[in-house]
Amino acid sequence: MSCQCKCGSGREEDKFAFIDRIIEQYKNQKGSMIPILHQVQQVLGYLPEEVQAYIAEKMGVPLSEVYGIVSFYALFSTQPKGKHRVSVCLGTACYVRGSGKILEELQKELGIKVGETTKDGLFTLEACRCLGACGLAPVLTVDEHVHGRLTTKDVAEIINKYKDVQ
Amino acid sequence: MRSLEELKSLKAKAEKEMALREDTGKPTIIVHMGTCGIANGAREVLNTILSELKSRNLTDIHVTQTGCPGLCHLEPLITVSEPGKKNPYIYAKVTTENVKKIILQHIINGQPVTEWLVNLEK
Amino acid sequence: MEFYRSHVLVCTGTGCTSSNSRSVISGLRKELADKGLEKEIQVIETGCFGFCNLGPIMVVYPEGVFYCRVSQDDIQEIVEEHFTKGRVVQRLLYHEPNTTVKTQEFNDIEFFKHQKRIALSNCGIINPEKIEEYIARDGYFALAKVLHEMKPEDVIEEIKKSGLRGRGGGGFPTGMKWNFAHKAQGDQKYVVCNADEGDPGAFMDRSVLEGDPHSVLEAMAIAGYAIGANQGYIYVRAEYPIAVERLRLAIEQAHKMGLLGKNIFGMGFDFDVDIRLGAGAFVCGEETALLTSIEGKRGEPRPRPPFPANSGLWGKPTIINNVETYANVTRIIRNGWEWFASMGTEKSKGTKVFALAGKIKNTGLIEVPMGTTLRTIVYDIGGGILNDKKFKAAQTGGPSGGCIPAELLDTPIDYDNLIAIGAMMGSGGLIVMDEDTCMVDIARFFLEFTQDESCGKCPPCRIGTKRMLEILTRICEGKGVPEDLENLETLAKTIKSAALCGLGQTAPNPVLSTLRYFRHEYEAHIYDKKCPAGVCKSLLSYKINEDKCRGCSLCARNCPAKAISGKVKEPFVIDPEKCIKCGACMEKCKFGAIERK
Repeated sequence: MSCQCKCGSGREEDKFAFIDRIIEQYKNQKGSMIPILHQVQQVLGYLPEEVQAYIAEKMGVPLSEVYGIVSFYALFSTQPKGKHRVSVCLGTACYVRGSGKILEELQKELGIKVGETTKDGLFTLEACRCLGACGLAPVLTVDEHVHGRLTTKDVAEIINKYKDVQ
Repeated sequence: MRSLEELKSLKAKAEKEMALREDTGKPTIIVHMGTCGIANGAREVLNTILSELKSRNLTDIHVTQTGCPGLCHLEPLITVSEPGKKNPYIYAKVTTENVKKIILQHIINGQPVTEWLVNLEK
Repeated sequence: MEFYRSHVLVCTGTGCTSSNSRSVISGLRKELADKGLEKEIQVIETGCFGFCNLGPIMVVYPEGVFYCRVSQDDIQEIVEEHFTKGRVVQRLLYHEPNTTVKTQEFNDIEFFKHQKRIALSNCGIINPEKIEEYIARDGYFALAKVLHEMKPEDVIEEIKKSGLRGRGGGGFPTGMKWNFAHKAQGDQKYVVCNADEGDPGAFMDRSVLEGDPHSVLEAMAIAGYAIGANQGYIYVRAEYPIAVERLRLAIEQAHKMGLLGKNIFGMGFDFDVDIRLGAGAFVCGEETALLTSIEGKRGEPRPRPPFPANSGLWGKPTIINNVETYANVTRIIRNGWEWFASMGTEKSKGTKVFALAGKIKNTGLIEVPMGTTLRTIVYDIGGGILNDKKFKAAQTGGPSGGCIPAELLDTPIDYDNLIAIGAMMGSGGLIVMDEDTCMVDIARFFLEFTQDESCGKCPPCRIGTKRMLEILTRICEGKGVPEDLENLETLAKTIKSAALCGLGQTAPNPVLSTLRYFRHEYEAHIYDKKCPAGVCKSLLSYKINEDKCRGCSLCARNCPAKAISGKVKEPFVIDPEKCIKCGACMEKCKFGAIERK
């Protein structure tokens, strides 16, 4: 597996040096595996197998344990994500105000299902549970930006806006 | 913190500082910056307020932030409190456009923009 | 070009000239020259502003100050006050005739009138990023009082007598929990705050953390003193970046002031708080799963007993309380248990925060005394149903709770009443549903949620919820069979009694409560193959009403399946074979000619 990370390190031998630094930060802390994985994912965008193996070795735990944690929590991903993460809120408030239809429309618009990334690597479609912006229901986020009070008609326009930025 | 007295004097100091703000005779603008407010554009509103005040050379208007007051459907909200007035003015559904009018008409010229007030007495 | 720091525009339109604006201009120029300000302040003559009856008008930039009825006598004051000292001359500002704008007090606004804000008392009032503002509102005085005047036993007694119960959903008496942990033997104990607000549609905890983070920190320190712990953890959703940031800042500020850390108030008590981020697992809201997650493992629950009060984090005695519970603690200590116990119902004291959302006019975060009726919440505070539709049900407790139908709108809301009617308090999500919400679909929605979030450790939850979801999906698709309802009930009972943790044990609640109050909707789906609310796609059919159709062809042009055909100016027809039931035609039709059944 080739490294697609954004750590900026060119040399093969120290491409994981940043992981060492993260682990070092937590060496005196109990129960540090999850914070470490959070930080590594923040740099790489995802947690590929070789990274999990590296962390396991450094932490002195079996790979199965690291994989067990990564696969358990929804926020950890073993797949690279698209440039923009489109996330539709499927919290109850949004759902009763029609976020299911918004999600359907997005799947049509992007031609992918939830959890998938478009072929051009631009968009990853996700569903999430409550962003706490229920006053704006139904909502979706593109990266950090919240779009609210949506109707199915707004979907294409929002997506196009992010395509144009390209 | 070494003693209760220290906490008490800290409280007195904080209260005094807040009162000083009152003494300037100028209103304070409070932007409600909870997640719902920010998702609705509160950050852009705050930035507009700051740049609007700057471009008008108004350096002595205090601008601060607070959390969510609960009125999610009316976000973004800003509160304008005027010294000597018991009740603040609460503006709802503030946009980067209408906040400019609030600054000109209310903050500078002392005329609250009644149509956007949540707590206008009927 | 010369640079002027100020520009004064004086109207020289006909109206203002007749009210003597010329003399105002010359007077102003003279006064400015006398004060040596003519190079700094430029006087410009302008045309009419359109407020002729208020003239002469003078506008000062860059501020934009609008002076009216300026006379020569005012000039000296304007130059002295405004241009020299930078103070606006208030009396010359425009005042609307005979009206001074009167505002209501916060609490008189209809939305707040029926509320009682305790946990939320600082939210929206103080700047959460300034510890000084918290202290100015008596912050950390409860901790001071506890350390100076109370023994740990007194603190526990105070909380016990207040009647405070856990606000995370279960409603276990907080004082009792603290007492167990206090009595438990252990060299090291922990205080944990559960801020893993997983109920979709609930955002109370987030608001407290964002609006008043210190109230949680202070209460955790008080709890630490009461049980003998000096380390606290806040387990918060990673999806709440603003809350996390403000908490971090609050911890840092409290440290700097010595309100956390070593030897607080010089009383020999140490307390520290760390933040742990969740990683998107709903089950981690369950206390044993949450503790395993803090330990850095898969967040799977474990059987109780032993309860965390005896064997919690890393096997040490631990108390876990929810954010809102902590937010109440400081106020109880400051105001006394009698004050707190005077509010609420016999067995549920104080207030409860609800996140009011769904098909409601005033979406928001509210705090009401226990015992307030749902009707007050929905109609007085919430302002009624969106688009004035009919109220069908309110859902509390999220995926663990149930639906409250219209006939129970007058039930006083407290822990025990909600359990009795098949719902539960939960953490405080309150979703309002109207006639357009299908209750079978909602039950399926929640089951899909719990099924997705089931950690898979115990079979009743892992397999049972899956089977229930299959049945519900089948019913929604119009393939339901009569024995489905009985099967759902049997499965529900089995899962409730056999699942390992709270998530599994409560997962069937949404199904059971909708079966209890909306059985007719299930039956309509199964026997009549109809969805009365018009939600379940497979059961819908669209038809064009010939009398209403004007033959404009708008529907046909917007049909993504090309299922609509007809001649312009004659009624169109939908081909049910091709129709994908997307409803696009109905949205587009300007004559209301398309009917859904």
